[in-house]
Amino acid sequence: MTQAALPTASAPTRSYWQRNQQTLAPWLFLIPAILFFVFYVIYPVFQSFNLSLYVWDGLGEAEYVGLRNYEDLYYEFQDRDAFYTSLKNNLIWLVLYLLAIPAGLFIALFLNQTVTGIRLYKSLFFFPFVISQVVVGLVFTWFYDPAFGILNVVLGWVGMGPINVLGNEYTVTYGIILAGLWPQTAYCMILYLTGLNAVNPEQIEAGRLDGAKGLRMLWHVVLPQLRPATFIAFVVTIIGALRSFDLISIMTGGGPFGSSRVLAYYMFEVALSEYGFRMGYGAAIAVVLFAIMMVFIAYFLWSMYREEKR
Amino acid sequence: MLGGAAFADGHAKLSGDLKIFLDTSNPAPRAAMEGAIGRFGEKHPDLNIETTVIDREAYKTQIRNFLTADAPDVATWYAANRMRPYVEAGLFEDVSDLWEEDMFKEDLASTKGAMTIDGKQWGVPYTYYQWGVYYREDIFKELGLTEPTTWEEEKANCAKIVESGRACYTIGTKFLWTAGGWFDYMNMRTNGFDFHMQLLQGDASWESDEVKATFANWKELIDMGGFIANHQTYSWQEALPFMVNGEAVAYLMGNFAVAPLREAGLSDDQIDFYQFPAINPDVALAEDAPTDTFHIPANAQNKDAAREFLRHMASAEEQTIINAGDALGQLPVNAKASVDDDEFLNQGFAMLSSNSPGGVAQFFDRDAPAEMAKVAMEGFQEFMVKPDQVDSILSKLERARGRIYK
Repeated sequence: MTQAALPTASAPTRSYWQRNQQTLAPWLFLIPAILFFVFYVIYPVFQSFNLSLYVWDGLGEAEYVGLRNYEDLYYEFQDRDAFYTSLKNNLIWLVLYLLAIPAGLFIALFLNQTVTGIRLYKSLFFFPFVISQVVVGLVFTWFYDPAFGILNVVLGWVGMGPINVLGNEYTVTYGIILAGLWPQTAYCMILYLTGLNAVNPEQIEAGRLDGAKGLRMLWHVVLPQLRPATFIAFVVTIIGALRSFDLISIMTGGGPFGSSRVLAYYMFEVALSEYGFRMGYGAAIAVVLFAIMMVFIAYFLWSMYREEKR
Repeated sequence: MLGGAAFADGHAKLSGDLKIFLDTSNPAPRAAMEGAIGRFGEKHPDLNIETTVIDREAYKTQIRNFLTADAPDVATWYAANRMRPYVEAGLFEDVSDLWEEDMFKEDLASTKGAMTIDGKQWGVPYTYYQWGVYYREDIFKELGLTEPTTWEEEKANCAKIVESGRACYTIGTKFLWTAGGWFDYMNMRTNGFDFHMQLLQGDASWESDEVKATFANWKELIDMGGFIANHQTYSWQEALPFMVNGEAVAYLMGNFAVAPLREAGLSDDQIDFYQFPAINPDVALAEDAPTDTFHIPANAQNKDAAREFLRHMASAEEQTIINAGDALGQLPVNAKASVDDDEFLNQGFAMLSSNSPGGVAQFFDRDAPAEMAKVAMEGFQEFMVKPDQVDSILSKLERARGRIYK
């Protein structure tokens, strides 16, 4: 825009493109991404809003029912039925998944030293994040297996009875979250390891001269400098907790009797799985999940905006 | 069979493309199907046949897309309520004309009901298989047990088995449908075929005395420790080792369980089969025998060739070959086809043709609408883990019935 305000002595010889190149070029580069984003992200979001007002099996005519799908969700919530379970499990996921952040920080601090072979140890700790969630799910399913899983073998040594973690409605969600924490902790660890590289040694030195060490040093000198890493770890962990799906699908399929469902999995079950095809209802669940995510996304955007302004 | 062949030859020469989609993705069924398609191709050399085999589980979701968007000329699917959504959406071709022909009218009559919706037929069956109790013959001998025919004998057997430190039945309910098989039998034996169908069609209450009686009978087996523990964490395949290792003695399953049992090292002296025993003596015995079918999508391009292919697959000759023990290992639907000489196929065929006067059901998740099947089977699984919760489970199912059937 500033270009246009320049003296116009040579203006007649310069085309519109030449005059506005500086402002137009970035937009040209952005256009493909924006188009894709609008068509494959923004537009489907609104489509889902719309679809949630219909009853549709994916084949025949869609029937407009207003807010009835949401009404049904409300009744399911009241009856402590599937929707209630999913919502409750989503909350448990949200809270417990955040444990990955302190755990990641702890491991990162532990590994942030110069010892021979430390790279190997770092890789070993990072390893779970590299392998597929499907594999993680299978490994933990075997680990928990009531008949031959190593968990019960070990429990047997200390004289404790076999427990069926994934077959018990009260323990199943925690069992899956634990499996999810394994790779997520590795992810947070790597974020903190890079963050620790950027910690200013002079400040550490200054802190040491002032007599700070141990936890005081960590809390007052190191952690404030790790704020960007903490922020990113927080963002990816929250999003990860809300989209938890693959582990549930692999380890339990939502069972036993639906007690390990979360919203994302319930949506899939209702709309897309073998016995599903209630598209409108699935869309309504998706909208609820979107609304929950929106709270966090708004918070993230707001805090990022605040950072930028500073 | 000769009539069918003569008819095919008398037809005008078929040409163009014939696109076939199959869900028979396991190696043996796949080979059986490809063989059958090859023989059809030989009869019609001008026809260009394209076969696509899709993974069985993936097929269940993909069929919705390809029926509307890019329809093949022939597609496999299942009978009864499982085909209803596509029939109602107008995506399956009405093939009632085929069923007017002699071969269908006479030799395939047994499955006509399962292929009929609104008085019209929508597909052609190519195979079916019996359900029943597969058990360890050697353990029965060791404990001095005989095949039970009444509920009293069944419970007496089970008590002895439990006493010997084993479970009577293995089952893996992780994917729910196995529990549906148990409910089918408990309910059909307690209340009969007609009530079972009423219930699945939404015309009877889940909180009725009849259904409560069914669950009470089922609970007797659960309470005496009849089923393996932790079955909710296993798939049906993962439950097989319990029977192979002798920790559980029997398995209520479809005939497809025989192949993996044999592969796991059990010989035919160690496995045997019996029909699920009678519970209520006033009720005629009815069986589960799911039927797999071929359909012509409404948007198919080459419907003449597709109809001819359906005739081919329905013929006694083809059904004998594809259902043989080394192919599908199941039962042919065509009455003129011969059953492969296999211990289990023979027993199953005898049972279905002469000892199921009550009727032949498809299976819980094929007879009930999908949505109800899902909720109900989840309830069965919960019941098998927590049998004392039966009242709250049944009231949940009854509420689901009120919502699903309109």
